[in-house]
Amino acid sequence: MTLLAVERIKLFSTRSPWWCMLLALGLTIGITAIIAANWDGSPMPVLGAVFTHTFGLYVIMVMAALAVTTEYRFGTIKSTFQAVPDRISPMIAKAVVVVLLSALVGLASSFGSWGLSWLLAEDNSDLALTTANDWRHVAGVGLVFAAGALLALGVGALVRQTAGAVSIILVFALVVESVIAFIPNIGDDIQKWMPFTVASKFIFGDPDASAIPEGAGPPAIGELSPWGSFGYFAAIALAIYIISLVVVKRRDA
Amino acid sequence: MIEATGLTKHYGRTVAVDDLSFSAQPGRVTGFLGPNGAGKSTTMRMILGLDAPTRGKVTVNGQDYRSLKQPLRVVGALLDAKWVHPNRSARAHLQWLARSNRLPDRRVDEVLDMVGLTQVAKRRAGGFSLGMSQRLGIAGTLLGDPKVLLFDEPVNGLDPEGILWIRQFMHRLADEGRTVFVSSHLLSEMAQTAQDLVVIGRGKLISQTSTAQFIKDATEDTVRVRSPQLDRLRELLDGRARIAEAAASDGALVVHGVEASFIGELAASNGITLHELSPQLGSLEEAFMQLTKESVEYHAAE
Repeated sequence: MTLLAVERIKLFSTRSPWWCMLLALGLTIGITAIIAANWDGSPMPVLGAVFTHTFGLYVIMVMAALAVTTEYRFGTIKSTFQAVPDRISPMIAKAVVVVLLSALVGLASSFGSWGLSWLLAEDNSDLALTTANDWRHVAGVGLVFAAGALLALGVGALVRQTAGAVSIILVFALVVESVIAFIPNIGDDIQKWMPFTVASKFIFGDPDASAIPEGAGPPAIGELSPWGSFGYFAAIALAIYIISLVVVKRRDA
Repeated sequence: MIEATGLTKHYGRTVAVDDLSFSAQPGRVTGFLGPNGAGKSTTMRMILGLDAPTRGKVTVNGQDYRSLKQPLRVVGALLDAKWVHPNRSARAHLQWLARSNRLPDRRVDEVLDMVGLTQVAKRRAGGFSLGMSQRLGIAGTLLGDPKVLLFDEPVNGLDPEGILWIRQFMHRLADEGRTVFVSSHLLSEMAQTAQDLVVIGRGKLISQTSTAQFIKDATEDTVRVRSPQLDRLRELLDGRARIAEAAASDGALVVHGVEASFIGELAASNGITLHELSPQLGSLEEAFMQLTKESVEYHAAE
């Protein structure tokens, strides 16, 4: 518990996490508001209200990576290991604090987006959260943010540099996963198993008819069920995080 | 008490620390002296468990640092005063450190007061001058009231006032019975701060001794003699001391290896008049450079 307090003090006594959280909320809710206000002609579906969650996810992952890399940048990781030489417990405490915070930001952004859509959409008759699938589309964002933050913490601890860690995360999520589909023959099959593609199936996959715009096709690709997709994404995040713990333990600080 | 035995660290093919054994005793300031790149910081990182030794071991109060439960209560160490998040306030920095070892919040205020930073406790540490950063770092080392303290080059870049403050601070800590281990590449600084010296070069131990003994050994006795019967005196000294003709035009002798009293008695018992008999103290830095010349990693071209 004391180490959780330590990591909480560290995180909230600098400004960048606050900026990242505000940006994550502002981007997702703000863009959703614009979409909702301009949704004419048909009832706004639930998926329309959470479509922008990926913007927030990237920002939250940057926040999580920064939580580790700034410690390396400014040498405070050495003070941390000096104070707690087993190294693993402060890293786990950091993960608990950052992951919980990310989940809360995820929930705030998705329910904020959904609530604002409810207020702004001309026709909100389809926006009500009536089924388990509807709830997954909205509340699931909290889980995806949490797992994404864990993944970013692992990458940050392995790479140790802000620029490196942030570029790896953003280039992978925004470029590699799209470009890989252009590989002839096998590209599509590889893309189906890329972590962020799979994670979006958890949010967007298997919607009820009322949750998607009229006449739209299946909104997400992938072989796994929505919950299987989340398990896959979370497993990748956990694996990278555990590898980072092993490396941090063995490496000279 | 710090004890290193056969401590060795390799980085790839570079040997940073080579079979180093030494100890630092409680109640004394022990200087850790060596030219830049001699392996002082690497050794300190190994003491703190930040780097793992390739071979050998080092203990603090008989324990491996990594096995300490609340290390800040046993060892306070300042390796780099810039290891602070620049946007975090001085107080918040000490707060998380204190909390990590279950030290009460009021201890933060106490150490801030001890180093005279109470007024600026809420300001961001990134805006601190070097002297203030150094004080903040020292406040961090004092949090757990530890019995062992380590400082890596604490006076580097400080103004004379800051240097004096740190020197007195270390003496006070040692007088309270603590082990104070402080590194430097300046012998002249260590001569005024440390009672014991551990001298290393290229990762190897050159000597471990008291500072007074080190200076005595390093600066050979030299005596300047002038006399109207210089030739006679030279004959008498022959075989007992090394003699060099002084470059000065007054025809003085510079005698190595015997003390001034010996020359005075020799002259008196042989009825020789002396016009000058003066012991010369060698320069500390010269002596230190002589000792570590072989082990400096990079020489300036001569």
